Amino acid sequence: MALTLMKGSEAIAEAAIRVGCRYFFGYPITPQTEIPEYMSARMPQIGGTFLQAESEIGAINMVYGAAGTGARVLTSSSSPGVSLKQEGISYIAASEVPCVIMNVMRGGPGLGSIQAGQADYSQSTKGGGHGDYKLVVYAPSSVQESIDLMTIAFDVAEKYRTPVLIAADGMICQMMEPVELPEMIEHKIDYKKMPWAITGEHESDTHKRAIINSLYITVEELDELNERLQANYRKIEENEVRYEAYNLENAEIVVTAFGTVARICKSAIDDLKEEGINIGLLRPITLWPFPYEAVHKAATQPGVKAVLDVELNAGQMLEDVKIAVNGDQKIEFLGRYGSHMPTAEEIYDKLLQMRREF
Amino acid sequence: MKEQCIFAGFGGQGMLLIGKFLAQAGMMAGKHVSWLPSYGPEMRGGTANCSVVISDRPVASPLISMADAVIAMNLPSMLKFQSLVKPGGLLVVNSSLIDDKSNRDDCEVIYIPANKIAEEIGNPKGANVVIFGAYLAKKLNIVTAEQAIEAIREELGEKKARFLEGNIKALHKGIEYVNA
Amino acid sequence: MAVVFEKTKMLTDAPYHYCPGCNHGIAHRLVAESIEDLGLTNNVVGVAPVGCSVFAYNYFNCDMYEAPHGRAPAVATGLKRVLPESLIFTYQGDGDLASIGTNEVVHAAHRGENISVIFINNAIYGMTGGQMAPTTLVGQKTTTSPYGRDEATCGAPIKVCEMLAQIPGTYYAERVAMNTNANIMKAKKAITKAFKYQMEGRGFTIVELLSTCPTNWGLSPVESLKWLEENMIPYYPLGVYKDKGAE
Repeated sequence: MALTLMKGSEAIAEAAIRVGCRYFFGYPITPQTEIPEYMSARMPQIGGTFLQAESEIGAINMVYGAAGTGARVLTSSSSPGVSLKQEGISYIAASEVPCVIMNVMRGGPGLGSIQAGQADYSQSTKGGGHGDYKLVVYAPSSVQESIDLMTIAFDVAEKYRTPVLIAADGMICQMMEPVELPEMIEHKIDYKKMPWAITGEHESDTHKRAIINSLYITVEELDELNERLQANYRKIEENEVRYEAYNLENAEIVVTAFGTVARICKSAIDDLKEEGINIGLLRPITLWPFPYEAVHKAATQPGVKAVLDVELNAGQMLEDVKIAVNGDQKIEFLGRYGSHMPTAEEIYDKLLQMRREF
Repeated sequence: MKEQCIFAGFGGQGMLLIGKFLAQAGMMAGKHVSWLPSYGPEMRGGTANCSVVISDRPVASPLISMADAVIAMNLPSMLKFQSLVKPGGLLVVNSSLIDDKSNRDDCEVIYIPANKIAEEIGNPKGANVVIFGAYLAKKLNIVTAEQAIEAIREELGEKKARFLEGNIKALHKGIEYVNA
Repeated sequence: MAVVFEKTKMLTDAPYHYCPGCNHGIAHRLVAESIEDLGLTNNVVGVAPVGCSVFAYNYFNCDMYEAPHGRAPAVATGLKRVLPESLIFTYQGDGDLASIGTNEVVHAAHRGENISVIFINNAIYGMTGGQMAPTTLVGQKTTTSPYGRDEATCGAPIKVCEMLAQIPGTYYAERVAMNTNANIMKAKKAITKAFKYQMEGRGFTIVELLSTCPTNWGLSPVESLKWLEENMIPYYPLGVYKDKGAE
């Protein structure tokens, strides 16, 4: 199939449609507004629904309502808007309703900036809303990967009956890259696989009525929900970890970074390789479940003398890197706050400086 | 091969568009490409710029800290970006709107009256494509004029196909000016 | 033996958890019977709120949602967009709809969202134990207005039907009460009408039911009915506030 030069936001929206998403609920916020804009033009052409909600709160609850039928439903927002969605996300997680949520992260806290940021790592991976729940969190680092993860996100959401978050950033949405889109499919709801789905049908001998609920008022009932959720999360941790290993062979230092920041790191790594210096990169693609084992293995392989964690925040993933490394390797951190994308030269210089200190 | 290029000007001067022409041409030439715009409040009447990377290998960073080429359509753009040109790199300056000279003497600087040329060929809105031609004249080893024209045809699409001839003319005028 | 009365099959056999004298039981039955009367038992989804009727999913014998506090109209919107041919109703109290959920209900009405809202107004927060609601009357004592609602600092109670009737997307808005048999019959008619309009694709419909809360009002069930009549109805006049079908 021929490559097309596409803007990230439009590619993400088109990919969702191609994998069978016919319902989109959203609200304008920079730098993701092109996603709802694209959906508003495209959905009517294919008999889908685009609805500009009154708020992010409205949007996520519309997702809750629509996704409870088993349909493929997407919402998209950026950091401040995703904060508003947290209440609904907690309900959706507790009700075990599959859906996909895009967070095109920008600088924070507060209104922050409209440039790329990564400071929603903790919010995304440690819960975000109230209660003991997790989201499967994917962090794409290219437009093509954003497209590819859209298929995976819907499949995983349905397989585990869980909301899935795609944590991209402003740069991915705004940039253009050559991409290959998936084939268009119509998503058929398989009620045998989704007996929980809302249909409106009355209870009968062959059909049990569906109740989508997150209220479990007795100790026993709430325990049962939480134990079911936690067992599900253990399965996800076993089966769904994704990461990219880059140039790890003979690496002296292992860089950990995610999303677009990992690309900048790759530039520095490529430049150093030309000078005969081997630096590896371990890029988590799933921020949750985090690739603890892979990070530990990379950080402690023979020849590695240090880990450098690079992020566009004050060191949120660093905590997970530390847990992974478990004190078995020296870890340094190069952080910039949202908007302030580190340059390849800064990373290059930092790596050289670390080498001098071996 | 890796070409990192910044196109900068006022919003509305079409610099993001010629950046797309280059990225599209690079893709058609079988290269890896990325196109990254500046965005936000600066789009409203301020400077608008984009970074284009063309490479034989997958593009790592789409951000450019040292550029092989900078194309400056107005004075604020030249002042902001001229320092990013690598020594020995290329700076293309629109002398129709920029009276000042660049402070760089360690890279090649081309001054081209892009608006004047565009007006002379009866296509006053084509100044961006004229300056694109001037840049391309120095970079035909990366993408050919034919590939650039195919990219313009693709980007304009059927809806704007009527502008294709004018753009081709503007592109050739830009190339000719540099080669003359 | 002749059957003289049969409970609607749209209610489950679960015993209500509501307090003695509370009108939720009546309202549930009116909604359930309306669904059955219209022959929609096999094509209906309800959305329960947060509040006393949070367990409504245990009582309505159909597919049910339990929405976050105030968000039922948004959840119903999402549902309706996927199941446009189904009857979708929300069942909300005054704290849920008129306080935390005003944004959702106002915009659902503005979109002319083809859903029906059953709004139970008893002028108080029931489940949390009798706090001041946006519909609490001026001077009414609650656990968060122990000196009586002060209009100077709390404003006047919100008149939901009057407010929503102003919105172009609202097709039908009627306020009824459950204090007398005659009013209960009128309430059922209003609910049936709202559902019928929805099935005809007319747009947003709301029926407000004035209701008692003997427990939190500190009155007996009978005194409560009297209090409703003497205090609530004068401020919240019964009647049709909008009916585009009758125009």
